[in-house]
Amino acid sequence: MLLVAGATALLLALIAVSLLYGALDIPPAEVWRTLLGDPPNARVENAVRSVRVPRTALGVAAGAALGLAGALMQALTRNPLADPGLLGVGAGAAFAIVVAVGVFGLGSAYGYIWFAFAGALAASLLVYVMGGLGRSGSTPVKLALSGVAVTSFLGSLTSAIALTSPDALDRFRFWSAGTLANQSGDDLLRILPFLAVGALIAFALAPSLNGLALGDDVATSLGLRTGRIRTLGVASVTLLVGAAVAVVGPIVFVGLVVPHAVRVLLQYAGIGPDQRWLLPLSALLAPVLLLAADVAGRLLARPAEIQAGILVAFVGGPLFIVMVRRRRLAEL
Amino acid sequence: MTDLLTRRGEPPAAAPGPRRRGDRLPFRLAAPPVSGILRPRLTAVSAGLAAAVFAVFCWGMTAGDVPIAVADVVRALFGHGEPGNRLIVIELRLPRALAGLLVGCAFGLAGALFQTLTRNPLASPDMIGITQGAGTAVVAGLVLGVGSGLGTQLLGLLGGLVTAALVYLLAWRRGATGYRIILVGIGIAWICTSITDFLMARGARHEAQAALGWLVGNLNGRDWPQITPLLWALAVLVPAALLLGRQLRDLQLGDDVARGLGIRVQWVRVAALLTGVGLAAFGAAAAGPVAFVALAAPQIAQRLARTAWPPLIASGLAGALMVLVSDLVARRLIGGTELPVGVVTGVLGAPVLLWLLVRANRAGSGG
Repeated sequence: MLLVAGATALLLALIAVSLLYGALDIPPAEVWRTLLGDPPNARVENAVRSVRVPRTALGVAAGAALGLAGALMQALTRNPLADPGLLGVGAGAAFAIVVAVGVFGLGSAYGYIWFAFAGALAASLLVYVMGGLGRSGSTPVKLALSGVAVTSFLGSLTSAIALTSPDALDRFRFWSAGTLANQSGDDLLRILPFLAVGALIAFALAPSLNGLALGDDVATSLGLRTGRIRTLGVASVTLLVGAAVAVVGPIVFVGLVVPHAVRVLLQYAGIGPDQRWLLPLSALLAPVLLLAADVAGRLLARPAEIQAGILVAFVGGPLFIVMVRRRRLAEL
Repeated sequence: MTDLLTRRGEPPAAAPGPRRRGDRLPFRLAAPPVSGILRPRLTAVSAGLAAAVFAVFCWGMTAGDVPIAVADVVRALFGHGEPGNRLIVIELRLPRALAGLLVGCAFGLAGALFQTLTRNPLASPDMIGITQGAGTAVVAGLVLGVGSGLGTQLLGLLGGLVTAALVYLLAWRRGATGYRIILVGIGIAWICTSITDFLMARGARHEAQAALGWLVGNLNGRDWPQITPLLWALAVLVPAALLLGRQLRDLQLGDDVARGLGIRVQWVRVAALLTGVGLAAFGAAAAGPVAFVALAAPQIAQRLARTAWPPLIASGLAGALMVLVSDLVARRLIGGTELPVGVVTGVLGAPVLLWLLVRANRAGSGG
């Protein structure tokens, strides 16, 4: 309980920081007044209402989705390396967006959200089906191998289109770094239903995932229907990642690092790797990482920005390496 | 004197050395359960791959904007025939085909070494950061203007080597195990990718395009300045890889068993890692990190030969075949446009691997 309270407090603090600091210097009191509906002037109102608020909300939503999806994927595949990036979901969305821009000439985020979503869905289904074919069903190794194969396949097609269409390349190179900037509140509202459904499925699955962690045979003998759990899990991951990636770009590391960090916390708290704790805590702490990276990106290179995805990798990478050295990640 | 006598009269202590050594020699042929089943198939597969590589190599030299018959290609290679044909074959197509062959071979071998070393089919240079490190160095060179041509090559090589050293040092903790190398490598790979993305987004459009062109892997306009260093590197690294191969397979039994067999575990690991990095880095320096070859070629060779580990020679040949076929497709697929070879290796290689996966899964022998 203390953990949840701490994580919530941390998240609230980051939300406050994200609202208070940005390219424009605005006194905290004025930000507060604007939020309460009494803006001091139009410039401040614009900066807070139509830039910082949607941006922060997007960070919370996308971060939670990525963290939840990462934890879910690691549990489903019993693979400590499972990550939306590794299992082809991000690559599917990236490919679909490049097709949308390069082949169909779509220029607005409004148009390609749906492409990204379909791409993520198609890629994760392909990975899942390829990895699950055969007598023994889907094993971690098969799933990971087919994920890498599909990722690489889509990556090659993406480069082929990006190389022949300068417009697609231009859009792709900004989008592929991963950023919370330049997104409107409308985009968030558009993906919110998908995120909500995905999160609901994920939380509902949590108790069954504990059984799945014991191995498919044990899970089956406990009366769990492993096939159905996996199908629902893949659906949830697709909804969460497809929607998040469509808006903020393929941000790696959040889905991989946060669940591992949460496992460490749970171990110290004496709870152990219980999915009923792991999933909610991952959803609470992943936005902290994403928002921290976003705020840092805004402040470090004023007036320009460093994309949040890049800073997440800068923070997450070394953290990940430290964790690899400290703990044996094979123990899931 | 007594010392000498007792030593001589101690065959059990001295026996393991000579007997193990004998394993490599014809003794083995007399042991049907091992060599009788595995080796003929492996030999046949290697021979078949070599024949296919040779056929595609020759075929690639006939194809182009000016089609030349196979007989004329051979004549030109030996310095006969029309001067025009000689020019096209020797000056243009031979370097490109040779570059493809060598690069593919280097990536295939590097992949096989890494996969054996880490006991993981996913561990190729593209997965553990070496390719990405080379990419970051090259893109930094292009965007920050360090130079092109030979500069690009040296940067790629340097980036790959520095990254590999970093991965190994960070994975070191009373020895570096395969599992930790992969995990640390993945972390480094992502950091490098994010730096590359940052540079790509910062640079001008034409710089980004040039960077992406290299990042995909390209054989366009390869010539002797790119081939010669690779050739020298392979002359050293291929024998080294073959020598290390057997000891690496013994490492599969676990570190303790391998130590018991008299193998210096960490030394073999460092040597294999250096050899693999060298192969991957020189290959990437010559043609860019051609996607997927290091990952797929050893798996294809392993599944064709039905061995328990990626066979080294067959992996190199499979890599060469992948790159040569892909380059042929890349040159001829769309009239007038030469796609980078890396696009095709990715597009062609992935379904091949998927097909192999499905087949192995059906037979119940998948992972």
